[in-house]
Amino acid sequence: MAILEVRDLEVNYGLIKAIKGVSFEVNEGEIVALIGANGAGKTTIMHAVSGLLPKAAGKVTLFGKDVSSTPAHKLVYQGMAQVPEGRRIFQELTVFENLQMGYYSVKNKGGFEDKLREIYKSFPILEERKNQIAGTLSGGEQQMLAMSRALMSSPKLLLLDEPSMGLSPLYVNTIFEMIKKVNSMGTTVLLVEQNAKKTLSIADRAYVLEIGKMVKTGTGEELLNDEEIKKAYLGG
Amino acid sequence: MDFLITLVNGLSLGGIYAMIALGYTMVYGIAKMLNFAHGDIIMVGGYAILVFLSVNPILAIVFSVLFCIGLGIAVEKAAYKPLRGASPLAVLITAIGVSYFLQSLAQIIFGASPKYVIIADLGSLVIGEVSISYGTIITLACSIVIMIALTLFVKLTKTGRAMIAVSEDKDAARLMGVNIDHIIMITFAIGSALASLAGLFSLLRVPTIMPTYGALPGIKAFTAAVIGGIGSIPGAMLGGILLGVVECVCNSIPTVAPYTMAIEFAILIVILLVKPTGILGKKRREKV
Repeated sequence: MAILEVRDLEVNYGLIKAIKGVSFEVNEGEIVALIGANGAGKTTIMHAVSGLLPKAAGKVTLFGKDVSSTPAHKLVYQGMAQVPEGRRIFQELTVFENLQMGYYSVKNKGGFEDKLREIYKSFPILEERKNQIAGTLSGGEQQMLAMSRALMSSPKLLLLDEPSMGLSPLYVNTIFEMIKKVNSMGTTVLLVEQNAKKTLSIADRAYVLEIGKMVKTGTGEELLNDEEIKKAYLGG
Repeated sequence: MDFLITLVNGLSLGGIYAMIALGYTMVYGIAKMLNFAHGDIIMVGGYAILVFLSVNPILAIVFSVLFCIGLGIAVEKAAYKPLRGASPLAVLITAIGVSYFLQSLAQIIFGASPKYVIIADLGSLVIGEVSISYGTIITLACSIVIMIALTLFVKLTKTGRAMIAVSEDKDAARLMGVNIDHIIMITFAIGSALASLAGLFSLLRVPTIMPTYGALPGIKAFTAAVIGGIGSIPGAMLGGILLGVVECVCNSIPTVAPYTMAIEFAILIVILLVKPTGILGKKRREKV
């Protein structure tokens, strides 16, 4: 069952048409990836889906409900969380306070401690650094915090925007392991990435984006073995 | 002993400046705008006290605070909210427009001539040869309590944390489920409540009011907010207290007194030259 459905999405920046009619869907339990070069419009699509950017046209359906004009801050209450590009953790707050912010939308106050323990179990480094100002963490640690912050609201659908950007190869592996783990624990994932090879190896399905349009779709494996994709995105 | 009295006076005046500066700095931090009508809320608060003063001073104060909160929220909704996303210059000019609007409205209702607002005759504490008014002491005590309460509110409550989050990264805060409009409204409410209290305490010092009453303290408190680092809550407190103490110390020295204001604004210039972000202001990396 599709829990996120995007139909004929168009997004403009002023007069420039950045996204020219893009459709895709994410089914329950999947890892779905949007891959494409820099400037293809991946982040724009993410922001339009999460309501941070206005849509020029198109329809977004989340868990069967039309959320095309729902403001960004309401979507997390409906079970969708986003880890934005560039992590965007709250640099001046502590690690713990960032996680508290992640729990902002949850009504059940009593569940906070349990959720926190669960997160600390997956990311022990965050517990060690819980009282540290988040801006002083390393890039990889900040990415873990950004993911944990999003997971605090126990989302059914997690949007990840370039989680491997700017990270050392070691952390890139850790982050992709985490994505797989989060998915295996029941969270559906929509992943936007430039690292096509790694992404396709963990994705159930993927869409290839070129300057504002979807040009190809298939399972991760199909696309990994696709000659054109190999040439364009996987380095031959 | 004289110097001690001057210092207490300065701290008390500084407390008033700090209360106003907090409104400037919080609104700047969260709504990213300079609310130049903020000083006029002090004036409105003063006149609001006048309205019910003959009935009961406590009632008058409570009415003033509530009225200013309502006014602050109404101004934000009517004048600033429609401009969200507009150029900062448009918002700035609108704020100046609101300022003139409030001053003119006060002039139409209450007239241009100064009016006495004697809230209570509190008397003075006499220690040996020197005396200090109870109004000054109450102002100092209240401003300390208010600053501690505000710090705790921001640090310990969910709404306070959301305020810091919004001031740092609006979009990231929205993704957490924070309703930005709601947070901005709360910020204006808190700022306006503090401004009305600042009006009350100012009237304890000098019990006259006129339509331009809020302009000068508004400018000075804005200066204080910039000195401390605009956007920073402890910065506004520090800047306000610093400015109040400097003002009282300068005024207590006869040869320096005529230059008091020049010195206050010179401090602003020097601090901006040495540290453009203000004493406690942080340099924020601009993110694309």
